[in-house]
Amino acid sequence: METDLALSEQLPPLTVHEATVEADRCLYCYDAPCTHACPTHIDIPKFIKKIATRNLRGSAQTIYAANLLGATCARVCPVQELCEGACVLGSEHKPIAIGRLQRYAMDSAKASGVTPRARGVAAGIARKIAVVGAGPAGLSCAGELALRGHDVTVFEKRELPGGLSTYGIIALREPVDVAIDEARMIEGLGVKIRTGVEFGRDVTLERARGEFDTIVLSVGLGATPALGIEGEEAIVDGLAYIEMSKTDAASLRVGRNVVVIGAGNTAIDCATIAKRLRADRVTMVYRRTVSEMTCYEHEYLFALSEGIEFRFLAQPVGVVMKDGEVAGLECLRVELGKPDATGRPAPVVVAESEFVIEADQIVKAVGQVKPNQEKTGLAAAMGLKTEKGYIAVSADFETSVAGVYAIGDCVRARGAASTVMAVQDGKVAARAIEAKLSAVAAEVK
Amino acid sequence: MADLKIDFAGIKSPNPFWLASAPPANSGAQIHRAFEAGWGGAVWKTIGAPVLNVSNRYGAWRQGRRMMAINNVELISDRPIEVNLREIAEVKRAWPDRAVIVSAMVESKPEAWHEIVRRIEDTGADGIELNYGCPHGMSERGMGSAVGQVPEYCEQITRWVMETAKIPVIVKLTPNITNIVMPARAAVAAKANALSLINTLNSIVGVDLETLELTPNIGGKGGHGGYAGQAVKPIALNMLAALGTDEVVSHAGLPISGMGGISTWEDAAQFLLLGASSLQVCTAVMHYGYRIIEDLCDGLSNWMDEKGFASVADVVGRSLHRVSEFKNFDLSFRAVARIDEAKCIQCNLCYVACNDTAHQCIDLIAANGSVVQPYAYDVRANGKEDAIETRPQPKVREEDCVGCRLCYNVCPVEECIEMVELPSGRETVTWQELTEKRTKVTEDWDAMKEYRERVGIHIH
Ligand SMILES: Cc1cc2nc3c(=O)[nH]c(=O)nc-3n(C[C@H](O)[C@H](O)[C@H](O)COP(=O)(O)OP(=O)(O)OC[C@H]3O[C@@H](n4cnc5c(N)ncnc54)[C@H](O)[C@@H]3O)c2cc1C
Ligand SMILES: Cc1cc2nc3c(=O)[nH]c(=O)nc-3n(C[C@H](O)[C@H](O)[C@H](O)COP(=O)(O)O)c2cc1C
Ligand code: SF4
Ligand code: SF4
Ligand code: SF4
Repeated sequence: METDLALSEQLPPLTVHEATVEADRCLYCYDAPCTHACPTHIDIPKFIKKIATRNLRGSAQTIYAANLLGATCARVCPVQELCEGACVLGSEHKPIAIGRLQRYAMDSAKASGVTPRARGVAAGIARKIAVVGAGPAGLSCAGELALRGHDVTVFEKRELPGGLSTYGIIALREPVDVAIDEARMIEGLGVKIRTGVEFGRDVTLERARGEFDTIVLSVGLGATPALGIEGEEAIVDGLAYIEMSKTDAASLRVGRNVVVIGAGNTAIDCATIAKRLRADRVTMVYRRTVSEMTCYEHEYLFALSEGIEFRFLAQPVGVVMKDGEVAGLECLRVELGKPDATGRPAPVVVAESEFVIEADQIVKAVGQVKPNQEKTGLAAAMGLKTEKGYIAVSADFETSVAGVYAIGDCVRARGAASTVMAVQDGKVAARAIEAKLSAVAAEVK
Repeated sequence: MADLKIDFAGIKSPNPFWLASAPPANSGAQIHRAFEAGWGGAVWKTIGAPVLNVSNRYGAWRQGRRMMAINNVELISDRPIEVNLREIAEVKRAWPDRAVIVSAMVESKPEAWHEIVRRIEDTGADGIELNYGCPHGMSERGMGSAVGQVPEYCEQITRWVMETAKIPVIVKLTPNITNIVMPARAAVAAKANALSLINTLNSIVGVDLETLELTPNIGGKGGHGGYAGQAVKPIALNMLAALGTDEVVSHAGLPISGMGGISTWEDAAQFLLLGASSLQVCTAVMHYGYRIIEDLCDGLSNWMDEKGFASVADVVGRSLHRVSEFKNFDLSFRAVARIDEAKCIQCNLCYVACNDTAHQCIDLIAANGSVVQPYAYDVRANGKEDAIETRPQPKVREEDCVGCRLCYNVCPVEECIEMVELPSGRETVTWQELTEKRTKVTEDWDAMKEYRERVGIHIH
């Protein structure tokens, strides 16, 4: 897969020298706060110490013990908010570059063929488990179950495994190869990954219920929702825009004057791509202000450094066309009102304040459709209860239907959706599934 | 401005810092540059018997990438002796105010020593240092530490030298010996003018885990070399203090040139305080070059001004009277560790050290004041806010702290843990006094228990 050089991985790998010097700087804290802050609770001082002592195999195994997708996480985690944000050296010095050291350990694991160790089989009985969706949540869960001796099949409707790691996270952070290699590594643990198979259609629910002891849904979220504005057909879907940049950048049409609607992580990513692929001007349009943006602060600063412009307090209302081509985005001015349900000041549209932002390409990146909004989705077909639009689950990630679990973005009713959270869900759910299956096995005996 | 001049057994120099006899003092051109940089003197790289050197002769022990010590299998000077002698004369002529001392080592025969002394004196050098220390190569040929380790040889050779020497003679001791006092006493008996210590320590720095060869590898072989630099400083200080507190040696009043790990003015001041009256440096110069002399002098001088010491002689030996033995320590002296929470970064290194290997008296205190266990968070908790906000604060239970000082030593933050002296409420008593006045207590566990209960000593 050819990626445009302008989109190649932003941070170079650490050299042996850089990694050793950085690893030596780590204090080897006890009950370290970085480990607490990592959603998968990787024993960070332990894996860093092993880099310092050149025990790279042990370092990789330390990461695998807590997180099977360490290679992806090392690249995509918002470390400023997680491990590195909690590093004790952060307040007065520079925090340890935990993400980059993790990548160093995982790169070396890949180079030397180190794969995760078996987790020990509690029940000793191999069960058949179906995992739906080969994104980070599904791969993590499938890998954890396979390491415990179970017979796991992952169904993935797309052509390639990896979920948003493959199709959604821009190549600046994670090239496609990394996500694919990681999926191959999981396959190497005995997991069967069947791509191009849509669960619920190509494999019917009845068939699946008969064939598998447990079903795990890790289906992520849906497409970009409709804005419901005039001329929307002419607006490019941000997720498709990013996907194209990863799988076929050469065919991606990028305007000269691009407007991106939205201010979350995806919107920043779309704007970044447009800028990197040589748009003259990229403007992000958001109906609130900088302090209400849902992207992380470091992402906002990154966007500024890329030369991306921001247009706050503007509510898109329609696309302006000229000779069949996009010519601009018509907006209404917005004022901030009283706090709404989310606690943020509600945007109040000012009547008759129309203005046009010129553009020859408009991209929308305003989130993804939730499970309860998909009428034909699995949640509805399987009769699963939802919570705030997401699939409702117990602390063990079991849905309202016994034997059916759900993990990852599709259950993320609370907190920020991220890859590493999906990985942790997969791990915790695998443990719960294992515990439940072995309890059942014990009863049968 | 403090006066840094010294007069060491009649050898004068504008400051107490001399290049030790080693690679930094290998040639006239080098020493010329060192003097330009400000060094007070130089002990010429040992001259004497003919030798050949090998490649990969320096090994190192490092902390991370930082070199903490050098290990070497270098021999004495491999330059022709005539060249060395000619350059010594040139340097001395060009730098009359600096101390030029020549280190020597020849076969253990009186004629050989008589001749080398004569030839050195002909150069106009200010003094001679007898190298009884080289622990490798030369010792295999009956020289260096083969002499330094046997007090009788030390005394014999020193006598041969003293028979002819007209300029001051310094005997340089090897630390590769059980009791450093013995060869020092031998030098005193032979009427040497001064002592210097320490030469390098026997050492092997490591094994290459790829090839299983020693590091450094010299054509498939390796062996013990001499160890020097920062890592040996505590050993050198102890040996220096041992001489300063030995009755025979201290009575004789020989000045001592101290070395072994000096790399900063603070090290230097400590050597002076424990009795050295000139200072030699090798490894730190090999690491950073001659330029370090600037801060050695500047720092020492500023410190002396602050402390009100007018001259180096005022500093020499000032702390020697504090060197004592365990039996004289006050068993009622009490210090406890106290953590400055404003400085603490909550790395928990003190906690784990105290909990696993000291006295289990540091607690982790949650925001609500309760004692919590480590790793107490839920698997679903994450993020920097949660990690930082719920992070407990280590706190010392002072009533249980025995004041061992381990936490103080492991804490990575400057001035974060303080050892606070507290009244113990017990009368001063030493082990010596106990042995004399309550012998039973020192011999019998039941009597010890009874004694502890009576005076209120709790063991955790
Ligand atoms: C543009 C973008 C950028 C992001 N950047 C970051 C980042 O930098 N860092 C970070 O931590 N997080 C980032 N995220 C979030 C992160 O990608 C997600 O939280 C994570 O991928 C969720 O994993 P998942 O396995 O739950 O879902 P997904 O990754 O969405 O995977 C779900 C998979 O299920 C498949 N599937 C769905 N339905 C079916 C079915 N019926 N049958 C078979 N297969 C099915 C899908 O095709 C997909 O492959 C980003 C998200 C987006 C959209
Ligand atoms: C590479 C090297 C070579 C040395 N060669 C000699 C020598 O020829 N004669 C000598 O008396 N001491 C020699 N020494 C010992 C030093 O003079 C000095 O005693 C020792 O290094 C301790 O000081 P330092 O810690 O400042 O290095 C040598 C030391 C090193 C590191
Ligand atoms: S908090 Fe920082 S210094 Fe401490 S273990 Fe983690 S990375 Fe290392
Ligand atoms: S001084 Fe020793 S006993 Fe006291 S808290 Fe520190 S480690 Fe524990
Ligand atoms: S070692 Fe020092 S900085 Fe670390 S927790 Fe203890 S007192 Fe705080």
